[in-house]
Amino acid sequence: MASNEAAAVELTAHADHFVDAAHERRAAQFGMWLFLANEILLFGPLFTAFALYRYLYRDTFAYLSAVHLDWKLGTVNTVVLLVSSFTVVVAGWAARCRRSIWVGHALIATIVLAGGFLVVKYFEYTHKFHEGLLPGKYFTLDLAHDVALHMESLREMGLNPAQMRIGPGASMFFALYFLITGLHGLHVVIGMGVLGWMAVRAYRGEFAVRNDTPVELSGLYWHLVDLIWIFVYPTLYLL
Amino acid sequence: MSPAESAHFPRWHFFNQTTGVMSWLTTLDHKRIALMYFGAVVSALILGGLLALGIRLELFNPEPSLVDAQTYNRLFTLHGMVMVFLFMVPAIPAVFGNFFLPMMLGAKDVAFPRLNLASFYIYVTGALFTLWAIVHGGVDTGWTFYVPYSTTSVVAVAPVMLGIFIVGLSSILTGLNFIVTTHTLRAPGLNWGRLPLFVWNLYGTSIISVLATPVIGIVALLVAAEIIFGFGLFDPARGGDPVLFQHLFWFYSHPVVYVMVLPAMGVVSEVFATFCRRQIFGYKMLAVATLGIALVGFFVWGHHLFVAGQSTFDAGIFGVLSMLVGVFTAIKVFNWVMTLYKGAVDFTVPFALACFFLYFLIFGGMTGIALAVISLDVHWHDTYYVVAHFHFVMVGSVMMAFLAAVHYWFPKMFGRMYSERVALSAVAFIFIGFNLTFVPQFLLGNMGMPRRYHQYLPMFQSLNVASTMGAFILGLGMFLSLFALLWALKWGAVAGDNPFHSRGYEWNTASPPVQHNFHTPQVIVDGPHNYEGPPAAQPTAKVAHGVE
Repeated sequence: MASNEAAAVELTAHADHFVDAAHERRAAQFGMWLFLANEILLFGPLFTAFALYRYLYRDTFAYLSAVHLDWKLGTVNTVVLLVSSFTVVVAGWAARCRRSIWVGHALIATIVLAGGFLVVKYFEYTHKFHEGLLPGKYFTLDLAHDVALHMESLREMGLNPAQMRIGPGASMFFALYFLITGLHGLHVVIGMGVLGWMAVRAYRGEFAVRNDTPVELSGLYWHLVDLIWIFVYPTLYLL
Repeated sequence: MSPAESAHFPRWHFFNQTTGVMSWLTTLDHKRIALMYFGAVVSALILGGLLALGIRLELFNPEPSLVDAQTYNRLFTLHGMVMVFLFMVPAIPAVFGNFFLPMMLGAKDVAFPRLNLASFYIYVTGALFTLWAIVHGGVDTGWTFYVPYSTTSVVAVAPVMLGIFIVGLSSILTGLNFIVTTHTLRAPGLNWGRLPLFVWNLYGTSIISVLATPVIGIVALLVAAEIIFGFGLFDPARGGDPVLFQHLFWFYSHPVVYVMVLPAMGVVSEVFATFCRRQIFGYKMLAVATLGIALVGFFVWGHHLFVAGQSTFDAGIFGVLSMLVGVFTAIKVFNWVMTLYKGAVDFTVPFALACFFLYFLIFGGMTGIALAVISLDVHWHDTYYVVAHFHFVMVGSVMMAFLAAVHYWFPKMFGRMYSERVALSAVAFIFIGFNLTFVPQFLLGNMGMPRRYHQYLPMFQSLNVASTMGAFILGLGMFLSLFALLWALKWGAVAGDNPFHSRGYEWNTASPPVQHNFHTPQVIVDGPHNYEGPPAAQPTAKVAHGVE
């Protein structure tokens, strides 16, 4: 059949400077892994800064994290991203099986989950804007009053506010909160764009007749976005 | 060395296989991308060099003469940023790495040709944007843009930060491309033990580019965020720590010194092997020392913070680690010198430049060891001693290696030969000028003259005059060299395929090479620069050249 022959040609197609398609695929995978290593170093300074200021302003950070970050929302978002990692794996699996339409379905599911993640983040952000829990000079919360308000819940958590030094570094916590989640959120948005593009190609039927490298590489990127969140979540919400 | 009598210029080569401006602007050929980079970095070099001359002219007199303090600050900021981010970092990897890495691997191109072209355009965009931002904003922070000055200065620093981020992205992508190319596109028979040392050094460089550049990228963005939104991350008034900035800044900016120096070491290894007609003595140790420098380079940043409130314990550790770089560098220097010993030395322009490289590396490096001693650094910190040190080791050695690369590979890239006599006199001017510029600065620094001031005490004038004269001799040499090469481009004698009789893999094709580098697929049967026995059969028969 002609279409089968065309498919075979597509599958073995490769750039001139590679020996064969598998060779090109190996190079592309390796390049992606290097890019991911570079991404981790991009987040590195933010975590370093968090470690430093968490050490300097231990009590303030512990207080703000416990009282003003909702660990339930963070957990929901973690679950959402983990499930999206699963759907991206399904997309990769479907691409290997040349089920292009199913690649599209799985990617749409991933994008919907990513959208859900952003919606939760949107509510978290607006809440903080509303309360004045903002970086630097925009931080307007009256901290002493705030501590007094939360005395009861602090005791329930086994914390004694009288022995804690809450105050210095409060705006710093939210500077780091917005920088880390903002950079991560930007990666989520970029990921949605990349996966959306893959979904369009999938619905055109491309992955029925060509190798699955693009799907696999976008999936790798998405896993990294997920993995970084796995570190962001305990660092900000649980520590 | 004169080109062979029977030298002929090949009829078809990568310059004329496709023609038209668009065939260049949209090319995926690594050689053409390399040449476009060549034009870009040489423009940056000329701009940075002219700014340096302006600075030296101002320092001719102790009192303010040509420019006011503010303009002077802008001049050295522009000089530093142009030279570091736009010239030194991409100079050897993006030009000669791009051109010769695939050829040394026996490959047709780099692994990701489109990414390669993209990184060129990202570089150009970032470079133009940075230049515009510095000039338009009147940025006067110095190339290090230290907080809190950069975050409180009235000048517009934020756009420059964005420009640096963009330029950094380009060097990340180039590094990524080179690592994947080295891993996946080696010709059959080319195992890691046979890689040319230039490739080893590009590999070490690329690792640093990929792993360190994102850090400066995010730091630049943090500084921009600090300026625009007042996040207070580095602002003590809001509980921030300015020293954190210095740590993060030097986590990139120290390793980046090796992004500049490692490729230079690679060039010099090739040049010494070719003109001593033997493989480099201690090839394996040189390869190991390359990776050693790349690795240790990540753990020495603290030596920039000796007087910034770092604990004595940290400073001691960073001091000792910094000296480890000296150990690896010394391994390299001894191996190069051992290569010279009993080598059949052919004293050409590239060879002379490689020797000059050794001189600058040794003296620049030794003054670096002295600076790594904390008690001495406290005395020399922020004086002209530091300025002279990093100009010797970064600019002196890297510039010599850059010029060595230009003169060594010029006949391969363009198929023409420059005038040996003019080129040699040009590099003599450069060498003398460079010494006359910076040796006085060592003395000035030791006498206590601080850097980055546009006026100084009258007692320092005689040495400053010497330094300014040296800078102009250096500039003269650079322009002479440029004109000699431009002349050769058009009127130089036809070089022939291998005028230096080198046995590096990249010479195994026509000069200039054809579009996909080689006429026949390459199979490597021996290490590079094996000068024992007759030369390996050249796969470039005259028929393949299409001689008319």
